[in-house]
Amino acid sequence: MSDVPADLRYTKTHEWIKDHGDGTVTVGITDHAQEALGDIVFVEIPASNRQVDAQEACAVVESVKAASDIYSPLAGEIIEANALLNDTPDAINNSPYDEGWIFRLAPRDPGALTALLDADAYRQSVEDET
Amino acid sequence: MGLRTPLFSEHTRLGARMISFGGWDMPLHYGSQIEEHHAVRRAAGLFDVSHMRAIDIAGPDAQSYLRILLANDVAKLTHPGKALYSCMLNPAGGVIDDLIVYNRGAQGYRAVVNAATTAKDLAWMQAQTAGRAVSIQARDDLAMLAVQGPEARARAHPLLPARLRDAAAALGSFQAVEDDTEAGWFVGRTGYTGEDGYEILLPAVHASVLWRGLLEAQVQPCGLGARDTLRLEAGLNLYGQDMDEEVGPLDAGLGWTLAWEPEERSFIGREALRARRDDPARHDFVGLLLTERGVLRAHQRVLIAGEPVGEVTSGGFSPTLERSIGLARVRPGTPATCSVEIRGKAVAARIVAPPFVRHGQVRIDQ
Repeated sequence: MSDVPADLRYTKTHEWIKDHGDGTVTVGITDHAQEALGDIVFVEIPASNRQVDAQEACAVVESVKAASDIYSPLAGEIIEANALLNDTPDAINNSPYDEGWIFRLAPRDPGALTALLDADAYRQSVEDET
Repeated sequence: MGLRTPLFSEHTRLGARMISFGGWDMPLHYGSQIEEHHAVRRAAGLFDVSHMRAIDIAGPDAQSYLRILLANDVAKLTHPGKALYSCMLNPAGGVIDDLIVYNRGAQGYRAVVNAATTAKDLAWMQAQTAGRAVSIQARDDLAMLAVQGPEARARAHPLLPARLRDAAAALGSFQAVEDDTEAGWFVGRTGYTGEDGYEILLPAVHASVLWRGLLEAQVQPCGLGARDTLRLEAGLNLYGQDMDEEVGPLDAGLGWTLAWEPEERSFIGREALRARRDDPARHDFVGLLLTERGVLRAHQRVLIAGEPVGEVTSGGFSPTLERSIGLARVRPGTPATCSVEIRGKAVAARIVAPPFVRHGQVRIDQ
């Protein structure tokens, strides 16, 4: 089984969410997702200040295999995107939970975080898929 | 569960990510597709291509039969061991399959066809034998390994049967050697990567020994993912994507494989292609280099001033160029500077002449 850090929240579409406790979260894709996609060669990051809905496609990760939409796990405003990914998209392969983060978001309703999957529930969701 | 090659357990032992391809369970990659790609360009890579099928064509009429069946002319194969790339066309000039055919001297000919089309090919080939003294035999008993890259042949030589070794080392490009005393071993200096190397047919029971021997000789196992980016960089077509039964060779950059001479050789599809050759509406088949960031994919539209002028047929990321490249069909006279529609946006691209990369060298202006 791939790495599923206990301190993060998750979605069924394989995004992880880190709560900074200051009204912002960081979003990326899981180790399981990067492994399934294969070598990542291009990332289209969202523009800052963009307003997004929950489950809205707001970034694209392209691997050698295919393009995949990345969905915002929560409604809110994009406050920053990881420009490092423009030059080193494979940071998502090498460091999915750290250097490979995709965007930071200020959720409209920080309470909505608790509705997301915890590590155990995500692990179960991946198992159910396969 | 799909069909399995004799090397299936070797792939799972190496932890390959498996995918379904043409009805077969095949390795996509063994960790990193990009590293596999580089290994072939820089040293040596190993592919299980046992899903592809060798078909032996024998009998007194084998040559005259193939001169009707294939759009390229096997009469060019003037001596045993020579090989030729050809399309096998339907009467409308569409491509039933593309293949390599070898002259085997007294034993006739051997064609190697694509996996997904094998059953269809055999049915078509069988149907064309009517009234001819020719036999068609699919060699399900053989496995096929491709070892490719600048170091590939040297690393493979010690693992070949001793009697074949010197003859293999002396092969020219697109030549093959086989040894009657080593039943089933057949070594061709051919490939699908744009690098030097061998494609080796051998009895399925010996496949694992050769596979492991090549791994021990520091040849990198490579999956279908790297196979696709290597062939794309080499500007080689993929059946079912760049051409098919609807899209013929003249529309897929394969005009060079059509042997129009001699005039009296009436190969299947000839009349339809003659008309197509002179059709001013016929599209050009070109290479594309994406000059902005993004990834070309099949079916994206090629644009000039916002208007569609063609379609990407194969696209992907080139590990050598670190850019996206593709093959495309475009209206004749399309200027080199164009764009491609990716997720609703026009992304700048340039038309270039494939190959993009051959023998480790970039062959286009970046």
